[in-house]
Amino acid sequence: MSAKPHAKKTSVDQGRRRFLVGGLTATGGFLLGVPHLRLLAETVETEKHGKIGFFIEIQADNSVVIGSAQPEIGQGVRTALPMMVAEELDVEWAAVSVRQMPLGIVKTADGFAWKYGGQGAGGSTSVTDNWEFLREVGATARQMLILAAAQRWGVDTAECHTEAGVVICDSLGASLSYSALAAAAASLPVPEEKPPLKDPADFRIIGKPKNVVDARDIVTGKARYGIDIDIPGMRHAVIERCPHLDGRVESFDDSETRKVPGVLDVFVMEGPQPGEPYIILASGVAVVATSFWAAMQGRRKLKVNWTRGPHSGESTESFWAQTRELLDGKGQVVRDDGDFDKALKQAAKVVTARYELPFVNHAPLEPQNCYADVKADSAHVIAPTQMPSGASRAVAAVTGLPRENIQVDMTRVGGGFGRRLTNDYVAEAALISKKIGAAVRLQWTREDDVKHDFYRPSGMHEMTAGVDGNGTISAWTQRLASASKHYRRANVKPEEMFDPELYVDDFPAQIIENFRLEWLMVQSGVPRGSWRAPAHTANAFVIQSFIDEIAHATGQDPLQLRLDLYGDNRELPYTNHGATVFNPWRLSRLLKHVAERINYSSDRPQGRAVGIASHFTFGGYAAHAVEVTVGDAGELTIERIIAAVDCGLAVNPRGVEAQLQGGTIDGLSTALNLEITVRDGQIEQSNFNNYRLLRMAKIPSLFEAHVLPYGGQPTGMGEMGIPSLAPALTNAIFNASGVRIRKLPIGDQLKKAT
Amino acid sequence: MISFKVNNEVVTFDGADNTPLLWVIRDHVKLKGTKFGCGIGQCGACMVHVDGRARKACITKVSKVAGRDVTTIEGLASSEDTLHPVQQAWIEEDVPQCGYCQAGQIMAAVDLLQQIPKPSDAEIGQNMSNICRCGTYVRIRKAIHRASELIAEAK
Repeated sequence: MSAKPHAKKTSVDQGRRRFLVGGLTATGGFLLGVPHLRLLAETVETEKHGKIGFFIEIQADNSVVIGSAQPEIGQGVRTALPMMVAEELDVEWAAVSVRQMPLGIVKTADGFAWKYGGQGAGGSTSVTDNWEFLREVGATARQMLILAAAQRWGVDTAECHTEAGVVICDSLGASLSYSALAAAAASLPVPEEKPPLKDPADFRIIGKPKNVVDARDIVTGKARYGIDIDIPGMRHAVIERCPHLDGRVESFDDSETRKVPGVLDVFVMEGPQPGEPYIILASGVAVVATSFWAAMQGRRKLKVNWTRGPHSGESTESFWAQTRELLDGKGQVVRDDGDFDKALKQAAKVVTARYELPFVNHAPLEPQNCYADVKADSAHVIAPTQMPSGASRAVAAVTGLPRENIQVDMTRVGGGFGRRLTNDYVAEAALISKKIGAAVRLQWTREDDVKHDFYRPSGMHEMTAGVDGNGTISAWTQRLASASKHYRRANVKPEEMFDPELYVDDFPAQIIENFRLEWLMVQSGVPRGSWRAPAHTANAFVIQSFIDEIAHATGQDPLQLRLDLYGDNRELPYTNHGATVFNPWRLSRLLKHVAERINYSSDRPQGRAVGIASHFTFGGYAAHAVEVTVGDAGELTIERIIAAVDCGLAVNPRGVEAQLQGGTIDGLSTALNLEITVRDGQIEQSNFNNYRLLRMAKIPSLFEAHVLPYGGQPTGMGEMGIPSLAPALTNAIFNASGVRIRKLPIGDQLKKAT
Repeated sequence: MISFKVNNEVVTFDGADNTPLLWVIRDHVKLKGTKFGCGIGQCGACMVHVDGRARKACITKVSKVAGRDVTTIEGLASSEDTLHPVQQAWIEEDVPQCGYCQAGQIMAAVDLLQQIPKPSDAEIGQNMSNICRCGTYVRIRKAIHRASELIAEAK
């Protein structure tokens, strides 16, 4: 999780109450929103006509349009967030439609503040961060509708209640629809008191499975993504980017390009300086044309001489050689509990292993793109982005325009996975639009996207554990040599580079007494960033594999060893992203469930076995059990997958199940096949023929995804389903074949091992 | 000048013959439901029907469809107010996540069900090679089984 749009959370409730605004729409609808000005000084005035912060619009036919401020990247927030509003507003879900809200920022004395609350999809935070706030929006609107009805009838509000879009007064036997009350309600002052929220036992929408609100638009081809923006007169642009990491355009010949019908302009895009923060990812040559295809034809005819850049000697082999050399030395100790060295010396048995995780590509199916129209004093961008505020900053950075003059609209997004936390493609589009003085839509190809990304960092993990005579793990260390995600980020001190690589409070910290984490910085020119659950995807594989290795080395059952470690139902403090406490017992609960579903203890024929794993990600708990067969020649068959998640309260269980299924499949896809490799300072992969995402044929028929709510607050669900799949799979492979996979992806390692 | 039908309406195109059908559909005919994912016929986001059979529009030159009938996701249902049974099944099974690949998945599934009205999981695996980056495969498979039932019921 790299993006933290909420810099601080001070006097939130005070601010929220004060800026709650109601107003009439042009069509007589009733608008209401709570601006949620987390950072805004209380003296800032909201606009009187109430265009700030509107979330609810009640239409004449009593249908309700609910605004969704968060980017929808497939994680289902356009369904889950409006469910929270609708629940407290007390309307039928069938009467609700959802509209995407743009970026909302307000200029203040000391920077910018959110209009609609923090906006950004990263770190599985949308549901958690909006849980109180959006229910309060709905509840406040409901209160105002009740008040309007009570005034009309001349009764006390206590005599009124609501039912599915209608205010009812039993003593009068009267009722009024929300639409009939909307105008009156909109003119009322906002109640000073915080509205009471429903008892979860009374929920009629939250906790009930709902389908994706946009499903019909999606299946009929009407849903609009960034790539679909087509505004008359706009130009089309593509960029031929330097294939050498930090290389540059030395010279180019565009004479053939300019002969292509429709090509309008060709020019150099200056890339970032090596070692400095990225605004765009690479130096290149932009081709602008009247259509995408004309631009592509022109691009193919470019002749570009590139400099090879400072990383031309880098390869995947040199990367691993560097990690091995680093691990022979000493690194930065980032957590050191008890006395690891002493405990290891006293251990009855020492287990050690090294694991390797590759760079991986995000590969959202919609290649990067952005519409930009930069004018002398303002700009408009329409982008598929996870971080619209970052888009605003990117445009400001490359145009010099004030952010308050930059409009950022969001489309539905064809996959995020962390790639679109970074708005380099928005900066590119703005640069091109500024240069040509016209609106443009920049389109990346798949090759552009595979070869130019902020890849998941690669690293080598050295694990060592000491086990006492009773089989108790008395000492544990994880030493990681990796290419930090914070590479080239502005204002990160060297001693903070470890932070996105090793999460200091993750299991088994606080459980194993003598515990040490050590980090070593690998030098690499490969750009990197947040890939899904960032470091959880690497660390869960390593830790959950190593637990099995310890169990096997000491004659213990891997499930029982985990249950022993996770221990009793209690909360441990947690300071990493997504939670303030970690209750490892909740992992035990899930593990027992998946183990039972897969018949963990049953005997199986030779070559067939199960593996398990579990992990705590961003406040959510997940476990996987995988059953595989490994044939004599190393053929791997995934026989069965059981996944389980505990995300506290599941706001939309059907959406949660979808995220668990999808995360599990991405975990499988990535573990089986996916890696980005480097040769001569260039990324070797280029498209889906050599970056082989999983297809239907590999998905076992026996696939179960169980949502096991625990109650309390909801956690996010975007990334919980991924981390524990890979170790469950490789643990199963070991149990089936005796081959321990310590390097991902699995690739053809099994065939080589047998 | 190339002439063909898209969703039963005649389309003419006077650009380069080797322009991929995908970009003619998206930027000339202005139907945006057919998506660009890879450009090399790997992912299937661009799947359309040509004379009723699934084809990857990103690797189909427009000259190859001269005089032929092209159907896109927008033309799959018989009218604006109705859904094809496969689309209906996709909604019932709540398939989409980001949704970007789903038009292509649906076009591929319609072809599959025309060839194999009641496919097994293995047959679905063999015939559905479209990529879904969000990993909706489990629900796609359920939706294909459901669509198979809906089509059979309608007969």
